[in-house]
Formats: sequence, structure tokens, C-alpha cells
Amino acid sequence: MASVQIADVRKAYGSTQVIHGVDIDIDDGEFVILVGPSGCGKSTLLRMIAGLENISGGEIRIGPKVVNDVPPKERDIAMVFQNYALYPHMTVADNMAFSMKLRKAPKAEIEERVTRAAQILGLANLLERYPRQLSGGQRQRVAMGRAIVRDPQVFLFDEPLSNLDAKLRVQMRTEIKELHQRLKTTTVYVTHDQIEAMTMADKIVVMHDGIVEQMGAPLDLYDNPNNLFVAGFIGSPAMNMLKGKITAAGFEAVNPKGGASLVWPIGKAPAGSEGREAVYGVRPEHVRLDPNGIKAEVVVIEPTGSETQVVVRCGGQELTCVFRERITAQPGESIGISPDTSVTHLFDAASGKRL
Amino acid sequence: MAVAAVETRTTYKLDQSWLVRLFDNKPFLIAICLFPAAALLLVFLSYPLGLGVWLSFTDTRIGRPGYFIGLENFESLWYDRVFHTAVWNTLLYTSVATIGKFGLGLWLALLLNNNLPFKSLLRAIILVPWIVPTVLSAIAFWWIYDPQFSIISYVLVDVLGWRETYIDFLGQPWPARFSLIAANIWRGIPFVAISLLAGLQTISPSLYEAAMLDGANAWQRFKHVTFPMLMPILAVVLTFSVLFTFTDFQLVYAITRGGPVNSTHLMATLAFQRGIPGGQLGEGAAIAVAMIPFLVLATLFSYFGLARRKWQQGEDND
Repeated sequence: MASVQIADVRKAYGSTQVIHGVDIDIDDGEFVILVGPSGCGKSTLLRMIAGLENISGGEIRIGPKVVNDVPPKERDIAMVFQNYALYPHMTVADNMAFSMKLRKAPKAEIEERVTRAAQILGLANLLERYPRQLSGGQRQRVAMGRAIVRDPQVFLFDEPLSNLDAKLRVQMRTEIKELHQRLKTTTVYVTHDQIEAMTMADKIVVMHDGIVEQMGAPLDLYDNPNNLFVAGFIGSPAMNMLKGKITAAGFEAVNPKGGASLVWPIGKAPAGSEGREAVYGVRPEHVRLDPNGIKAEVVVIEPTGSETQVVVRCGGQELTCVFRERITAQPGESIGISPDTSVTHLFDAASGKRL
Repeated sequence: MAVAAVETRTTYKLDQSWLVRLFDNKPFLIAICLFPAAALLLVFLSYPLGLGVWLSFTDTRIGRPGYFIGLENFESLWYDRVFHTAVWNTLLYTSVATIGKFGLGLWLALLLNNNLPFKSLLRAIILVPWIVPTVLSAIAFWWIYDPQFSIISYVLVDVLGWRETYIDFLGQPWPARFSLIAANIWRGIPFVAISLLAGLQTISPSLYEAAMLDGANAWQRFKHVTFPMLMPILAVVLTFSVLFTFTDFQLVYAITRGGPVNSTHLMATLAFQRGIPGGQLGEGAAIAVAMIPFLVLATLFSYFGLARRKWQQGEDND
């Protein structure tokens, strides 16, 4: 096991730079998730750690060693691919044993390791099957088994769950997390799904357009997003964002329809920010039903049983709210809402930075 | 906000003519779709084949109807030295040419599967030997193998000075055989290379990446990933290539006409030689029919070679 240090790493294809100087420190045994929308460079970064892409600038260290020019096979890492990349002409056992066979490990040890990995992953009675004969979740497990057998310094996961159905994804999420707690191998995991990131990571790295937007513990990112991008990306349903101006009374939101503008309460405006153009952010789950609050018209109601997601319109803008209570109001009717001012966010309109 | 009134639906009934309904009738559809193909097969495949087999049991000559003579044609072939040479030539020609075509074809395919500059242009050039009419390329080879004007001899003798005398490519049995094999390899490479290239491109790049991370070097990646994944298509291409080479006629007939002294005859050229210029239709047909067992063997090989390998089989989860 080893730490991974990524220092000012850049990647360019010809004159197009796709990763603009990324610094990430991954501690030994840590579970780090790179998350971001498609095209943000997270997979490229992972492939650079694996050695499948050249590093255009900067340095990647695995343990104490700079690996920029070390070929993938000598980096002692194992990777789980999005499409699993199982060898279709080998049985499950052979797939898992392949790397050990290449290393000419003694037969008995290969068998012992394969058996152990198969037990951990519940593949013991599938060892003689071919990948084609397995379901998606089983293939996923074989891909992980192949990584475990190696006992590498670092595990890399490239969107491993995106080909699974929703239910299996939740189950595999737990399994991967459990596996990590058991093996304590340093893990770098790439996903575009922020829920995966929130639920599994020790540390989340939010990437966007080739830079790191914010890095930190999941709940820290949720509570204190550094900028508009992270605020909008982390959390589901996404945070409501209203454009407007900070005034003495609160936050005066612009009414895009041209009607009267609404004033939203702010817990504590930063000093000297009055009159500033800003963006007001409130998470759907931080809006409460409040008969004395802001009057809003119900547009759509989506009950999930445990909670009710309601889209409301007020001040010419649509907002998503999530209530723990069940709602009797019908679309078209009016309800009163008020944001929990202790957890509202303000961002600078121009830079998008947190105020 | 009031919910908008439900929109009224207008429906139109399907109104189809008897013709449309007739074509929806499955037995009719099957019959009418099969008819052209079946007719073609019957007229242009089964009939000539049947006729050929029948002729081989007769003493038909050109311009004279033959009589059934049983296996007499085959008996005489059994003791015919020229026929023996033709069989051995055919086997040699097929095996050496196939090995050559596959070695070079696979090598070319692997090369072209990389990111080379002018990749599509290169691929187009590769196809040239296949596109050029065989007789045309045969004439070109005729020149290349000419005893006086051969460019190979010119290079070896006059440019490099490695030899004293010009090579008599087509005047001696063994040089002639290998000259023909070389020409056949040249002509057969594109088919093998392009087919295998198509096969190579179906292999997911992530398999190579996985193998690389697993610690495989280039040779191990070829041995453990490329080759086994290529096996199914390799078997198909091999079968076709063997069949084409075994029945080859044009190249040999155009370059050597079976000479010198019948030493480069293949079964196909000998069958033609005896049957048409020689006029012995029955004997020619017997030689052609003698090819059938070999071709059946090759087809059987393909049948087992083509049989889906275990790892390719179904998604069954039992």
C-alpha cells in the first residue's frame, strides 16, 4: 500500500490542454473519489495514474517513487474498468489468476489467492464460468477480484458501477466500501455520480474543466461548497440558486418575469457585502413548510413515500423543495415556505466564489 | 391553474390492400424469397456439379458423346505420374502459400492496426494485389520471372553483384514452383490482412490496457489476448484461403501453363489441360472430382474450426 501524490499535473492533446495543473494528495489507505461531469478530466487523470496516458507536465508519485516514466506494468496498481475488460476467452479463475501467472508465482499461491478473493466476493462457485455466462454484477465482482488477487499498492476504479442497474449499483456501492474497509488499500475511484461520491469516499475531489474545484470530506463539501459549481454538483436534488442582490433586508432576487422581486432572508450577510450582485443558494431539503413564509405556487408534486419533492414557483422562479411531511396541496394551489437561514449560501455573482 | 381539457383523439383505421396482406403471409413470403436463390443454386451450381461428376464416370470427348465406364478414369489416374505430381504440387502450393499468406498477412494486419500516418491510404494500397485482375498480375509476374529481363535477376546480378548468372525462374521445376507460390502469396495477402485487421479492430482496447496493468509485455499481450481473440475469425479466413488456394487456376495457367514439362501443374490446371485443350472431358472431370475429398476435408476442418468456442457461447446463467 502506498500514498499517491499528484503535483501540478497537466495533460494536453496537441495544443488543447485538458487538465490544467492538478494537485491532490492521497494518503495511504485513503478512499478518494474523483467526481465531476463528463469531460472534466477525471478519467484522464486516473489513466495517468495508471500509466495508460502520458503526463504532459507535473509529477505523480506512488509511494516515494515518481512514476511519470514508469510503464503501467511496473507501477503495481490494479484497475477496474468501466466495461470490466474481462478476458472473454478465460474462465473467471483464469481471469483472476492472469497477473499472477505472468509473474510466475507458484501455483499453490495463485490458487490460494484466487480462492480467497473468490470467497470475499462470493464468486466461489462461478470460478469455471466464462465472462459471457455471468450477469453484470458478477462480472463487476470478477473485475474487482482480478484487482484483489494482485494485492497492489493502489486500486483504481474507472466508473465501475455505471453499467449496472440502480439496485445493483447501491448494493455494489456497499460492497466496495466494505471491501475497502477490509483491505485498506489506497483507492482512487472515478465517477460522475455525486451520490456514489458522497456515500463511499473518505475524500472527494470535485473536478470541472480540468481543474480541481474543491477537495474535502463529503459532508464538508455538502455544508461548505467553495463555489457555485460545487454547490450545484453536490447534493441531490440540486441546490436552488437565485440571482439577485444583497440588501439590508436580505437577498433581493431578480424576477425574470419582470414582476415584483422577492426578498429572501439571510442568516448573516458577510460584512460589507451589502448592495453586491450575488447568487443565493438554498438546498431543497433546507426549505420548510411555513404558513407565514413566502407564498409559493405548487407546480409539481413528486411523493416518494419517505419525503415529498415539490416544485414551486415564486417571484417568477421555480424552486425545488423536499419536505419530510406529506402535502395535501394540489398543483396550482399556494403554500408558504421559508428557507432555513442557518444553511443558506451566498456566492459572488461574477466569480462564483463563496461569500 | 386549471388542468387543460383532455384533447380529443382522432384515429385512422389501417386499410391495407390484398397485396400487402399477401406479403404478410409467412409461408408465401418464405417461398417467394427463397425462389430466386434456390433457382440460381439449382441451375448454376447443382447442375454443373452433377454434370461434372457424371462426366468423370464416362469417356466423353469433345464432339463425341461418352459412355459410362465406371471408375476407369480414376484407375488410369491412379497410375498417372503427371497426376501424382499435380496432387503433390497442389498440396505443396496450398500449404506453403497459406503459411506465407498468414504469416505476412497477420504481420501486416498488426502493423495496420497501429496508429500509422496515412493509415487509410496504406490500407487502400494493401488491397491493390487483390483488386488487380489475376491475369494482369500474372503478366506482371511473367516479366518479373523472365529469364532475360527479370528485375530480380537484374538487381541480384547487375546492381548488387551477389550472383554471376541470371536466374531461370520458370525454366526449372523447383524455381518455377516457388515462383508461383510467391505470386500466389502476393495475391492472397490482402484478403488475409484485411480480414484479420477487421478481426483485430473488434478487440476492445481496454483488454490490452487491462493486460498491460496485469503486467503483460507486448509478446504476452499478443499471445494471451490478441491471438485467442482472433482465433474465430482466423479459422474462417484460413478455411477460405485454403479453398481458394487449393482450387487456384488462373495464376498458374497464366504464368507457366503447368510447365516446364508438367512440373507445376495443379489439379485444377491439369483438369483443364486434359479436358479442354486435350479434349478428354471425362478424364478432366475425373481430376476435378478428385479434388472433392480434399475440399471436403478442408470444409470439415472449417466446420470444427468454426464451431463456436466455449467462451463465445450464450449468456445462459444456469
